[in-house]
Formats: sequence, structure tokens, C-alpha cells
Amino acid sequence: MDKLIRVLVAKPGLDGHDRGAKVIARALRDAGMEVIYTGLRQTPEQIVSAAIQEDVDCVALSILSGAHNTLLPKVVELLEAENASDILVIGGGVIPTDDIPFLKEKGVKEIFTPGTPTQTTIDFIKANVAQ
Amino acid sequence: MDIEKRLLAGDKRAAARLISLLENKDQEALAILKRLYPKSGNAYVIGITGPPGAGKSTLTDKLTKALRKEGKTVGIIAVDPTSPFTGGAILGDRVRMNELSTDPGVFIRSMGARGHLGGISEATASAIKVLDIYGLDYIFVETVGVGQSEVDIVKNCDTTLMVMVPGLGDDIQAIKAGVMEIGDVFAVNKSDRDGAKRTAREIDMMLDYNKDALWRPPVKMVVASENQGVDELIKALHEHRDFMKSSDNFIKRRAQNAKNEVVELIKERIERTILDQSKREERLEHAAERIAKREIDPFSVVDDVVGKMNL
Repeated sequence: MDKLIRVLVAKPGLDGHDRGAKVIARALRDAGMEVIYTGLRQTPEQIVSAAIQEDVDCVALSILSGAHNTLLPKVVELLEAENASDILVIGGGVIPTDDIPFLKEKGVKEIFTPGTPTQTTIDFIKANVAQ
Repeated sequence: MDIEKRLLAGDKRAAARLISLLENKDQEALAILKRLYPKSGNAYVIGITGPPGAGKSTLTDKLTKALRKEGKTVGIIAVDPTSPFTGGAILGDRVRMNELSTDPGVFIRSMGARGHLGGISEATASAIKVLDIYGLDYIFVETVGVGQSEVDIVKNCDTTLMVMVPGLGDDIQAIKAGVMEIGDVFAVNKSDRDGAKRTAREIDMMLDYNKDALWRPPVKMVVASENQGVDELIKALHEHRDFMKSSDNFIKRRAQNAKNEVVELIKERIERTILDQSKREERLEHAAERIAKREIDPFSVVDDVVGKMNL
């Protein structure tokens, strides 16, 4: 049997809008992945703890609050502390283009901004998860 | 360090990885489970089942918190349905268990049913063993939302908690065969809603038909979201555990479960062997076309396929 790709879709920090996260979760489901959805207002600690217990291949973070420069690198950092830096971390949401180089430098592998076709995200995950 | 030693040392990531490997039918992972099997059997396994939206996840969250107050460690295996079309799934039970995710004494694992129809997945039994060996005191197994006949959970646990809600039908639903027969403890959740007392009464009446049963399942009214009635429910679960352990019921049930498991594993292996072979030879596709055209019947095809297996 082929190994199923498992993805944690998480909403870090304080924004109450998860339509985008749900659209992504649904698209990944339809691409044959197992999506673990944890709901709104997650701390980086909760996200990393869930990623470890669920043994996911990818953590997809949706953020619209503007706190991405703080919260996204924190998730990468905590994963490293758990010896889990093989887990692919990607981000999406309202993130200014100017902030993307900083986030990538901090270990977020890709940022998907509004308007990205879901297939682009699916292809990126398939091509980049550790096998 | 290898995964086996890490698991025994209480490494969460090792436990999590081993479960994934077992879900993917990895042979080495299976070999580890064979070796470590004697170390399992210490956790008390409670199945939580009921219709979709009954509040199983919320109740699991509250029951876990109650057990944590007693100083017990808890594993949660939460199963959600897999798409029959893409094999994908959205596993959303953690949404109701957020406060537990950073508790070091709790391990939550979501699983897709992956084509299995009994309310749990094929690998759920293996996942229970991994968390058992990992060293947790209690393991909750939350099934897919069930309808009327998904009873596999009872074959994998020591106590089955059936979660019902008001308004799902009349008393004839309560006396039908199937899921209503497997509860050791019943909870009527959302019992602040209209009709809750009636639902509880109907379950009670159904249970009272079994006059000769040694254990009369209690029916508890709860409102999981408000944490109402949860202590009473925990008490009822403990009473069932004490009943099981005070007699040979416990070992009898585990032996019955083991027998079921072996039968299931045999079925799985035979099924896979036969299907793999017939798929590889494209025999199945070819035969299916002929069956559809009524050139041959399905029973003869089975005779032919199975006959060549030398079973």
C-alpha cells in the first residue's frame, strides 16, 4: 500500500477566520491526503505537539492576523527542538510579499498567498515531503 | 536509537511513527509489535461510539480531563471516515480536544478509517497496542460516527461507552439489533435538550428486557459541553471496569477479542493474497466485463480464482 501523506492544517494565533484553512483542507483531502484539522486559535506549542503525535509529513499554517513573522518561525523552531525538522512547514494567508524572504530564511519552505490555485499547494506538498 | 528502544523509553515521536508504519503495513513495524506484544495488555481500553454529532469528541475531552485529575495518563485514538473516492480524509476530532494537546500525560492520534466499515480502521487494533506499550493507563478509542450496525469497536475494548442524543427516533430504534446491543455504559448527551428524559427512558426499557444479564448497563445523562454529569459517567465506567476485573469476565472478554482479532487478520491476509494476485493478472477486470455481459456468472469466477490459490 502507498504511504498516505498526512498534513496538519493549523491556524496559529488570534484570528477567527478559517474559511481558507477549510478550503485547503478540503483540497488536500480530495488529493488523497489525510488532513488533521485542529481548529482556531492554536499556540505554536499546541501545533507542534499535535504534529508530533499525529506523525504528519507537513504542517500547513494559515494566518491572517499579521503575526506571521512571530508565529511561523516559532513553529519551525519548536519542531527543531523536538528533532522533527524533517516535517515540511508551509504557510498561507494574508502575508505581504516583503515578509516572504524572511519567513523562508526562518525555515518556512513556501508561502501561498490569496489567489494561489489549490493545485499549486498540492503539487508543492507532494514534491517536498520527506519520503 | 532505533524506534523500538525509543518507544520503550517513552518517546512520543517513536510511538507516533510506529503507528504510521503499521497503518502502512510495514513489515518491520509488525516485527517490532510481535516482539513487544508481551509488554502490552496493561492499559484499560474504553471504546466510545455513537451517531455522528452526538458529542463523542467533546465527551472524550471531558472524560480525559477527569482521568487526568485522578493522575492517570490517557491515550486517545480518534477515527474519522476516509473518502471512498480519493482515499483522503479530514480528521477533525482534535478540534474538540485542544486543551489536551500540550498535556504530556495525553497522547492523541487521529486515524482515517481507510476503507474499513466497522467504525474503526484496520490498523486501530495495532495503534491501541502501540499506545499500550508506550505506557498509558487508559486508552479511549473514538469511532467514526456510527449508524446501526458498526460494532467492531466492541471487539477491541474492555468497556464500550455508547453516546446517544435526544431526537434521533422513537423507541423502536432502541430495540433494534446492532449498535444498541454493544454498550456497557450509555450516556445521553445534550441532555439539556427536549426529549432527553424520554430517550434515556427508552434505552432503560430496552436494557430491562435483558433480565438475566450479569451487568445492567447504566444510563447517564450528560451535557458534555458544560461538563455536566461527567463525574457520574466516569464513576459508571469505573464500576464497569471493577465488575469486569472482579470476575473472569475480563479475561473472557479479552480472549473473545483476541479470537476475533485472529479471525480478522486471517481474513485480511487471505483477502489481500487473493485480490493482489487476481488484480495483478488483470483476471478480475476481464472477468468483470464478462459477468456484466452475462457471459459468465460471478460464482464461477470465484470458484476459478479461489481454486487456483491452493488454499
